[in-house]
Amino acid sequence: MKANVYVTLKNGVLDIQGRAVMDALGSLDFKELKDLRIGRFMELEVDAATPEEAKARVTEMCKSLLANPVIEDYRVEVAE
Amino acid sequence: MKFAIIVFPGSNCDHDCYHVVKHVMGQEAEYVWHKDCSLEGFDCVILPGGFSYGDYLRTGSIARFSPIMAEVGRFAAAGGLVLGICNGFQILCEAGLLPGVLMRNRALKFICKNVDVRVESSQSAFTSAYKDNEVLSIPVAHADGNYFASPETIKELEDNGCVLFRYSTAKGDLSPEANPNGSLGNIAGITNATGNVLGLMPHPERASELALGNTDGKGMFESIITSFA
Repeated sequence: MKANVYVTLKNGVLDIQGRAVMDALGSLDFKELKDLRIGRFMELEVDAATPEEAKARVTEMCKSLLANPVIEDYRVEVAE
Repeated sequence: MKFAIIVFPGSNCDHDCYHVVKHVMGQEAEYVWHKDCSLEGFDCVILPGGFSYGDYLRTGSIARFSPIMAEVGRFAAAGGLVLGICNGFQILCEAGLLPGVLMRNRALKFICKNVDVRVESSQSAFTSAYKDNEVLSIPVAHADGNYFASPETIKELEDNGCVLFRYSTAKGDLSPEANPNGSLGNIAGITNATGNVLGLMPHPERASELALGNTDGKGMFESIITSFA
């Protein structure tokens, strides 16, 4: 079963990479850009009986290693 | 006094620490491989600098699951002295032995230079050889040294006197210009609430010999040895 994990910086945590990339786009004349934040996207392939089970296990993976709760949020999507 | 120097895949300051402990300070030192599970007989544990597991995912995030880390946790809980330098600091944060996290430097660059660091308190097992507010010049070498924690955690650290080192000017002023990496509160090093676990980004082991032109870091090793005697 395929699972997608999105790890993003929490609101309020300064995203310096995102800021640098945003400034670069601004200098390329993309003046409409209001905000840009950089995160991490991971594709996982897991053995699980049901999508619910897969989601629960991948959530455990996020808690133990894939995200740092001090600065990051995460979101798990399992393909049905 | 017997020091354990933990070696992770990617540690690269382990030999420097060993050299200073053994040959400069004249103490016993042994390397402990990260897959070992015992710290029996050791009096102090050093987690050296480097790039454990290539800094993949986040700095220190994979090293914290090395078998030895459970034992480092037990050693710290029993009151043993643990010193995490640079990557060692990052590992201690990921392991939850110290609060907060080291994020990418504000300027997104690897910084390798001497910085001025103010000793916030000499009332610590790691700083008794220094004077309060003494300013040390110690090298940093990191890309991820930007200390961050929630406002509640920062307040707790400040209230409990856990901030042991701050980036400052040579005169000891905490200006934003003296902050090389964007750390909150100019924080360069913190201890846990019980004061026996220290993590810091500057490298005292690179500043402990006259031959290297700088002995400002030697006091940290002297303090540890004094506290044990």
